[in-house]
Amino acid sequence: MEGFAQWLAGTSASAVVQKTLWLIPLMQTIHIVCVALVFTSVVMIEFRILGYTKWGSVAETAHRFVPWIFTCVAVMAVTGSVLIIGEPTRSLPSFEFQMKMLFLAVALAFTIVFARSVRRNAQAWEDNSSARTAHSALAVVALGAWCAVVIWGRWIAYTVQH
Amino acid sequence: MQWIIDYLNSLGDSPVSLWIAESTWAFPALEVVHIFAISMVFGTIAIIDLRLLGLASTRRPYSEMARELLPWTWGAFFAAAICGSVLIMSRPAGYFENADFRLKFVCMALACLNMLVFQFITSKNLAGWDRGAPPVAARVAGAVSILLWIGVVYFARMTGFTMVQGGA
Repeated sequence: MEGFAQWLAGTSASAVVQKTLWLIPLMQTIHIVCVALVFTSVVMIEFRILGYTKWGSVAETAHRFVPWIFTCVAVMAVTGSVLIIGEPTRSLPSFEFQMKMLFLAVALAFTIVFARSVRRNAQAWEDNSSARTAHSALAVVALGAWCAVVIWGRWIAYTVQH
Repeated sequence: MQWIIDYLNSLGDSPVSLWIAESTWAFPALEVVHIFAISMVFGTIAIIDLRLLGLASTRRPYSEMARELLPWTWGAFFAAAICGSVLIMSRPAGYFENADFRLKFVCMALACLNMLVFQFITSKNLAGWDRGAPPVAARVAGAVSILLWIGVVYFARMTGFTMVQGGA
């Protein structure tokens, strides 16, 4: 990974990102706005499952917010890639970055499984469901996984050694 | 203005400031909490703004949505303000003199003004559109709000670059 990062840093694409002064702040701003939208969307779904918010069914809440999670994650894959191309040795070999990606995979897996489950059997996710305790526990774990993505992501900036 | 700088410099010598500035984990840890809080602030405001723009949650009554979401917005804003205040304590005078940091607060002040205009003038006839399409004035309020909050995020991120402290 270190070798690949070194190679990427030497490409002309990396030079373009570094020399275009407005590009990195713009990408980061879009990235942060998407972080906010994903995090709030996740919280809205988890809060509805946990009963902190009451309006609409779990299925309706999922229908409202799950597309935002996938769309914003796709946008962040693009903005994140541009940032990596600009400074590959900052992120790719970093333990924090790798943990962020690991937890992202876990958090996305939770979201995909939840989205499929609620689409196939909306009734099972309603408040009177016998599986409510298990669903609440899953909601907390999934939210924890998304929080871990944010925490590891922020920590990348504080362990740069190059 | 010099007395403000002097005061902020003396503030920067306080025990809290020294702790933030010297600790390796305090600044990033507070930043993480700040990010969670601003994410909720921005996200819940975006949900409401998109409803005002008539772009999302259109079947949901505005008043009911505001009643359910705004307490979370204010709670998160309060948390962000506390974390932000402690972060500022690491270099009070430096932040005060930073142009991007000032512009961030200009955006927040304008967003506050926009909110007050909406609350006390625009939403007077809310009963007429609570369940339907919002009028032009409400759409303008939603658009202005979301743009100003994107501005807050942009200038906050730029502050990280121009302050050049710890991580970027």
